[in-house]
Amino acid sequence: MSEYLIEARNLVRTFGTRKARVTAVDDVSFGIREGEVVCLVGESGCGKTTTGKMITSLLKPTTGQVLYQGRPVWRPDGRKADDFKTYRLGVQIIHQDPYASLNPSHTIYKILSTPLLHHKLVASPAEAMTRVVELLNTVGLGPVEDFLTKYPHQLSGGQRQRVSVARALTVNPRCIVADEAVSMVDVSIRVGLLNILSDLKRTLGVTYLFITHDLAVAKFFAWEGRIAVMYVVSIVEFASTPQLINSALHPYSKALLAAVPEADPELTRHKQRLQLRSQDIPSLLALPSGCRFHPRCPFFEPGLCDVQRPELTLLEDNHYVACHVAARQAGVAGA
Amino acid sequence: MSALATLTPLQKTMRALRNIPRGIWRFLKLMSRNKTGFLGFLIFIGFVLLTTVGPLLVPEAKSADILAIYAPPCTFKEWRVFARDAWFKGIEVSAIEESGAPICTKHLLGTDSQGKDIFAQIVHGGRDILQMALLTGLISTFVGITLGALSAVIGGRFDAFLTILADIWLTIPRFPLLAVLATLVKLDNMLMLALLLSFLSWAGLYLSIRAQVFSLKERDYVEAAVALDLGLWHIIFSEILPNMMSYIAISFTFGMTSAIYAQVGLVFLGLVPLTRNWGVMINLAWTQGAIFFKDSVYFIMAPVMSIALFQLSIVWMSRSLEEIFNPRLRTG
Repeated sequence: MSEYLIEARNLVRTFGTRKARVTAVDDVSFGIREGEVVCLVGESGCGKTTTGKMITSLLKPTTGQVLYQGRPVWRPDGRKADDFKTYRLGVQIIHQDPYASLNPSHTIYKILSTPLLHHKLVASPAEAMTRVVELLNTVGLGPVEDFLTKYPHQLSGGQRQRVSVARALTVNPRCIVADEAVSMVDVSIRVGLLNILSDLKRTLGVTYLFITHDLAVAKFFAWEGRIAVMYVVSIVEFASTPQLINSALHPYSKALLAAVPEADPELTRHKQRLQLRSQDIPSLLALPSGCRFHPRCPFFEPGLCDVQRPELTLLEDNHYVACHVAARQAGVAGA
Repeated sequence: MSALATLTPLQKTMRALRNIPRGIWRFLKLMSRNKTGFLGFLIFIGFVLLTTVGPLLVPEAKSADILAIYAPPCTFKEWRVFARDAWFKGIEVSAIEESGAPICTKHLLGTDSQGKDIFAQIVHGGRDILQMALLTGLISTFVGITLGALSAVIGGRFDAFLTILADIWLTIPRFPLLAVLATLVKLDNMLMLALLLSFLSWAGLYLSIRAQVFSLKERDYVEAAVALDLGLWHIIFSEILPNMMSYIAISFTFGMTSAIYAQVGLVFLGLVPLTRNWGVMINLAWTQGAIFFKDSVYFIMAPVMSIALFQLSIVWMSRSLEEIFNPRLRTG
């Protein structure tokens, strides 16, 4: 048994034809321990969702390996491993858009009972009904009778997202990949949804890979877990949440944290902003050489940062950073 | 719900059978939500009954009647006189007809150039058309769905090849091609004709089904079904297909209408040796009368109106079908 429930090893994913290839994810590695929450934070287009889909094997990595309970998911010849099914049901996904993630032609009961009956997780239709009711209660949709015969279009965005959560729970997954699961839900019900996800972690011991662009949500949801900051196709910093929020080491993470508005306008006005050299996100078609952040980095060192790509290095206890400058400051050589 | 688990198979079947009337009632209720659609549905059912049950009730017009050539249908006044005699004076219908009363009472829509009853010809001449339309609709929809879905799922060269083929196919004027093919292929049975018509009309439906599947297979709920390992069969038939049903139903009805036009066109041109159908009637009415006599207006208008009305009923009915298969419209 390995240390991690699920582990990504050097995941690379490219898209496109032979002539024009775009790298969406480049050399991403991380592990999630059983019962842990790992947040993947980054701006649009940095490869968060692609990483999430590779973790759930909805996308096949171009190279690299996903390990579930220490065993590889893909065989060397590119086929699915023999115990793929355990993994398949063990890792579920919650999509971002509640308006697209439920089949409009099925009732809520059908959506939730189909996986139960298909995988024979229940012995009879009667038992399926009991279990569906139980699931709807778990995600806080009540009174249950009101929802069973409804179609998704009759539900609000928040309610739909709860159904999505319930659907993911039907097969008793060990790990849930929540891909921006609360981003498209109204702010007023976002906390409710986050609390439900947290409760599942406590009561069922669900492990999360929580993908978000919102640092505040990451901080709230994964305070006891870890945060991985992604910037243009790879992870630049990976640390426990308090460490990352309070003492981020990578310039990009610092810039990201500084951009979060504070509730106090006085505080916001006097907040130290990191002056980036450029506001433009590089095109995925022409990735910068060396460190991907160097065209924007305020600590850019010519001849080093634009030539050599920094590795994700352990700088402090459980704190990985991919930055030459930060590594030198921490006294780690050769980064 | 809990009772369902303990039922024997026989009881389950009985229960299912008992649900059939309820299902039909529900179907009718859904159909009637759209008034135009329901009207179309009623006319459609009327035509189906007319051409299936009708021939059992109305004798075929076989022998020519020289005395009744181009007899017009009864006017309103003549019907009134007939009704008065038959119902209020209690005279037997056969007695009225034998007493030399207007011939029109025997011929609902008048007679043709040989004195044959037009209504009988309409009743007996519709079955071919309807069956062929249904068959062509089924075959072309099936082919369109199969090729379109395969193309979208397999992708790659297979998809590229079929798409190019379809694009080229659509540029060929199809009716002249059909007319030429009809002279080459021996079209002595309905299946051959239906196959030929579907063969000509596969491209349009193929392209649109392909586009639909392409869009639907990338949906999040399909991805969720993959993650839940529900199997390819379930994904195609339970996740993707239901969301295309309204579209398929409409394609099916339009497939039927174009098949009817094509077949009538062929028959009118005399390229298909099918006897006793509306197309043949138009052909006969045109060549033997309509150009010369104004009396033959009923002869030519009867099949023309039948075809037009039937087509209209199909198009109207498709509106209701769309509502039935779209849950968003269904439950409002």
